[in-house]
Amino acid sequence: MARVVVDVVLKPEIHDPQGEAIAGACRRLGFGQVAGIRQGKRFEVELSGPADDAALARIAELAAELLANPVLEDFSLRTV
Amino acid sequence: MTARVGVVTFPGSLDDADAARAVTRAGGEPVPLWHGERDLHGVDAVILPGGFSYGDYLRCGAIARFAPVMSALVPAARAGLPVLGICNGFQILCEAHLLPGALTRNAGLRFISRDVRLRIETARTPWTSGYTAGQQIVVPLKSGEGAYAADPGTLAELEAAGQVVARYIEINPNGSAADIAGICSDSGSVVGLMPHPEHAVDELTGPGSDGLGFFASVISVLAGA
Repeated sequence: MARVVVDVVLKPEIHDPQGEAIAGACRRLGFGQVAGIRQGKRFEVELSGPADDAALARIAELAAELLANPVLEDFSLRTV
Repeated sequence: MTARVGVVTFPGSLDDADAARAVTRAGGEPVPLWHGERDLHGVDAVILPGGFSYGDYLRCGAIARFAPVMSALVPAARAGLPVLGICNGFQILCEAHLLPGALTRNAGLRFISRDVRLRIETARTPWTSGYTAGQQIVVPLKSGEGAYAADPGTLAELEAAGQVVARYIEINPNGSAADIAGICSDSGSVVGLMPHPEHAVDELTGPGSDGLGFFASVISVLAGA
């Protein structure tokens, strides 16, 4: 079965306090090379048919309509 | 005739009872509306109450936006029905594109539960007509994702068009852009507010009765219509 992964991340200009808290924990753990972290979401979408262009276009619509809020977030699609 | 104000209950709504009580206290008739019904039962105005509709899954308000009741509410709101979204209701109005922008996680990460002082910025909406612009009120704020965000162009449009309804003063508790606590649609009839006026309608149970004006305003406007 074809699977599409939709990654949703906050837009660069949107403050991400969760990411900042995680980055702070990284430094406390000794991972000093971590300069910053942005937290996102990953959706694994199972398709009932092939992941062709038409199906991907529909999943992109779904991402823009429901999975991501375009005011705050960007999304990207990839097949796996 | 007594104004009939619908209060929607979604799975996970918390403040529907307080919103209904506030309507009663302001002299209106609260009408319970159910998320699963595509029917507004002829109400004169609607309140989307606070809470955690659908467990705040995905994003606050993102699932509630597609509830059957919204298929009746969205066109009615666009046609001028007064709608007030409080806290989670504000988040739902933004997700439904009835209001611009979005609510995101508090800057300090913590859930905030405290009384806040607001300045009412406009009395042109049916929900604030009983206040005067510049008036200060104290009402509770209780939210984890209450930081208002919008792109700079949208913020400039809101300011220019007088669509900022209320602003936090003294402190900005959650990192909201431009200290915004509430906004309205361009017509003014749809208002979203992050703090809770319905919890401030009685000296006995709230910080005062400053919030009653939101409910008294719409009932007065409807009585004069």
